[in-house]
Amino acid sequence: MSFDWFVLPFSIGALILIVVLISRYILWVIKLSRADRRKSWRSVFSFKLFQAVWEVFNESLLHRKIFRVNALLGWMHMTFALGWFLLIVIGSVESKFHKEKVFNMPYDPIFLRYFEHDVHGFWFAEGFTTIMDTILLLLLVATIMAVSKRFFKWIYGMKRTTKLHPGDQIALASLWLIFPMRFIAESFTAGIYGNGGYLTQTAGDIFATFLPLKSLELGAWWTYSSALCLFFLFLPFSRYMHIPTEVFLIYLRKAGVKTPDNKLTGFSEFETYSCSRCGLCIDQCQLSETTGYDDQAVYFLQKLRRNILQEESSHNCLLCGKCTNICPVGIDITKIRLLKRTEFAPEMLFNYRHYENVIHHDERKVDVAYFGGCMTHLTPKIKIAMTGIFRKLNIRYNFVDENGSICCGRPLKLAGNHMQARDLMQENKRIIIATGAKILVTSCPICYNIFKNEYKFDKIQVLHHSEYLNLLHKEGALKLTPNEEKMVYHDPCELGRMMNIYEPPREILEKSGKLIPVQKEKNFADCCGGSLANLPLSEDNRRKVSKEALTKLLAPSPDILVTACPLCKKTFSNVSDTPVKDIAEVVYERMIE
Amino acid sequence: MDTNKTVAVIGGGIAGMEAATFLSARGITVYLIEKEDKLGGHLLDWERLFPTMRNGSEVVKFLMDGVKADNIKIMLSSKLTAAEKSGKGYNLRINENVDLFADAVLVTTGYDLFDATKKEEYGYGIYDNVITSADLEKIFMSGKALQTKQGNVPKKIGLVHCVGSRDEKAGNVYCSKVCCVTGVKQAIEIKQKMPYTEVFNFYMDLRMYGMHFEALYKKAQADFGIQFIRGRLSEASEDQNGGIILKVEDTLMGKPLKLTVDILVLLIGLIPAKGSKEVGELFGLKNGVNGFYKTTDQHTLTNSSNVDGVFFAGACTSPKTITNTITDARAAASTVAAYLFNYRSLERKIEQNEDFWLYNTK
Repeated sequence: MSFDWFVLPFSIGALILIVVLISRYILWVIKLSRADRRKSWRSVFSFKLFQAVWEVFNESLLHRKIFRVNALLGWMHMTFALGWFLLIVIGSVESKFHKEKVFNMPYDPIFLRYFEHDVHGFWFAEGFTTIMDTILLLLLVATIMAVSKRFFKWIYGMKRTTKLHPGDQIALASLWLIFPMRFIAESFTAGIYGNGGYLTQTAGDIFATFLPLKSLELGAWWTYSSALCLFFLFLPFSRYMHIPTEVFLIYLRKAGVKTPDNKLTGFSEFETYSCSRCGLCIDQCQLSETTGYDDQAVYFLQKLRRNILQEESSHNCLLCGKCTNICPVGIDITKIRLLKRTEFAPEMLFNYRHYENVIHHDERKVDVAYFGGCMTHLTPKIKIAMTGIFRKLNIRYNFVDENGSICCGRPLKLAGNHMQARDLMQENKRIIIATGAKILVTSCPICYNIFKNEYKFDKIQVLHHSEYLNLLHKEGALKLTPNEEKMVYHDPCELGRMMNIYEPPREILEKSGKLIPVQKEKNFADCCGGSLANLPLSEDNRRKVSKEALTKLLAPSPDILVTACPLCKKTFSNVSDTPVKDIAEVVYERMIE
Repeated sequence: MDTNKTVAVIGGGIAGMEAATFLSARGITVYLIEKEDKLGGHLLDWERLFPTMRNGSEVVKFLMDGVKADNIKIMLSSKLTAAEKSGKGYNLRINENVDLFADAVLVTTGYDLFDATKKEEYGYGIYDNVITSADLEKIFMSGKALQTKQGNVPKKIGLVHCVGSRDEKAGNVYCSKVCCVTGVKQAIEIKQKMPYTEVFNFYMDLRMYGMHFEALYKKAQADFGIQFIRGRLSEASEDQNGGIILKVEDTLMGKPLKLTVDILVLLIGLIPAKGSKEVGELFGLKNGVNGFYKTTDQHTLTNSSNVDGVFFAGACTSPKTITNTITDARAAASTVAAYLFNYRSLERKIEQNEDFWLYNTK
């Protein structure tokens, strides 16, 4: 057995790390619901495991998603992850050949060059040395990139990178040390014993010309081992916790585990700790760009990990979903934030009895139930357009909330008041079912989201009016005369990122006139600033967000700005000189009777 | 006592007219530049004035008598298109073809009316029977009876206060100052013309700050039976007969209220004029936080601008009543004269204190 005292820091660090990780993971698994735990055990013996391994390879090692967003960053992450992984795997194989044993000490591959001076021990030994040197070279380049990213973030197309806390900084410093130290230690040894590859041997020979390598060698290995130890000890308290955790997260996802709608479980712990603090979400956040609040996804999750999250942070967000959209780890940060709000939400008692006096419901049995939503009542051109279309096409419809309504419940949910929302939803659901309609059409993406995701209608198909109008057009019932007006389309967050409705509004608009593309659209579209998810936000800041989003939308100088959400329409109308219309108004103006 | 000084007054509304009158009295030659084909500005569209119900035309006539002076050159249908500093004064270009020199410039560009279509939930421009306070004045001026679009005598009329004023969402956080009492005045006028029509005023606060305003408000309740309901209109919709269904919360009763009226009148606020923006850009004039011109000081130098030789009068610096505007115009005339004749009064300085801290913005 090869041994020297310097292997101890590495070995102790690694041991402590393993104990900490295992105990944390056990704790989180316990916090999963019973059903989720069952799912995760069962999937071990299924095809899902292979799927998970494949995705771990693609995401945790290759970092495909980061590549797609930012190639330079992708390369850096890939060389770090895949490089280090191969260094361990190939190093282990190499050490097993050298030792001619299947089971050797865990530190053997790490410190192999120190203990093994004979590089010609077996037939492919030189090949191994060359491969290992190549990997080390890639890792050294990655380290240089990582360091330069800290100081010259513009090279990587980033305006801002993540601000790090001390735990992160120590782990980061030790990580920056690890590969250069390995390189130095191996070069020193190679300079003395001639056991290096093309990189370490060359460097070693050069070092030998002016350094007393014999007296420095052991110190270099000690430093290397200590850097590893330091990294392992700080890993659980730093961003690098994502390295081991993401592997389990991917597996759990494949097993079908997810965060339930009403409370946070151990799954969100796996998600929270899988955040690598890459900082891609920072530049996405319109709110922080405008207000300077540092509560973007990465900092929110950081506060959550450190258990210092304040209520304010959970509300400092438009819930536009842009961070979730960009997140290479796929953390559903929007959901975590929303459920955190629930934890802070005060108990409130509501009295809905006055509704009995105000609401008179139409009990006719019809084909389509139309629910405008509160915001549509504040933008009456939309409801006039929709009811006009129904009438002209002789569709039997019932305007559910024509004479007053019960809120769909989503604004309460966005504020964290789940219990109160449930009361509203039950009553509203009863009223909608009573219409006997097979289709529920709504003009408001906020209502649409909750109707479709949480009302759980058995026999009613829920459609946003953009989908419904597009359907009518495809069926031939709705005919349009397009005109020459240039239009741009704004994707509402709740319809786009939340509900994935991107094509139906575009299809129908293309049939109504000239739709021109904008710079940021579909899942990268901006929030209009009107979000109901951030009630404490001042009107001034809201207007700033709106104006910035508007400027980008109006860059191609369209004749009209079209959207598919009454709230977006209202918000933009307040700051826009260009007319803002809902898609229903455009269709109504241009339909052939 | 003719002097050789000239002043250009930009805007021929009541501020411009009265300032021109008082400048001319000091022997100053005045170019009174008005973009419309008549002097009088918004007052021409207003029938009667609060609180005395005097005819607006009487005030216009009074002001017209003032600008008949020989040294006032009235330029109608004229628009300032360029301005250039020349010595202590300005070379001005009107309508691309007329050039003139002025030793000082008095800006009296007034205000615009809030565009009520911006409050889509109130249905202006969508529902036939929703009109603005300005539309109502035009109906009064025409002498025609107030009717619904369907041609019926209205049985119920609602007036909504603070439309586009004190409304963060509309981007105007300030009080327009004149609408509260206009609402009371118009409610009374409706009652005078149609005693059997019920009139409801929906308000947030009623600011009866001026002399006699409170008396007018009291009269509206005691003698005319006008109902004042504290609560902002949340939305309006139309019923099958063209009636306007209002959803309001009666905040004194603490109850939501639903009411159908035959006509809804929106008491629209005053906003910075488009013309002010254009003129401001020509001279490099600063705007305050609310978009009106920023005066050099809030309390003392209320007619001075950030640009040497350019002064303000009237509602271009903040919403003002007619009384306030006329007073301000005379003050401005005095300030301009002090500038032209180097009175010591203009040498006084006061330490500036910013009003921005009042707003959560910069």
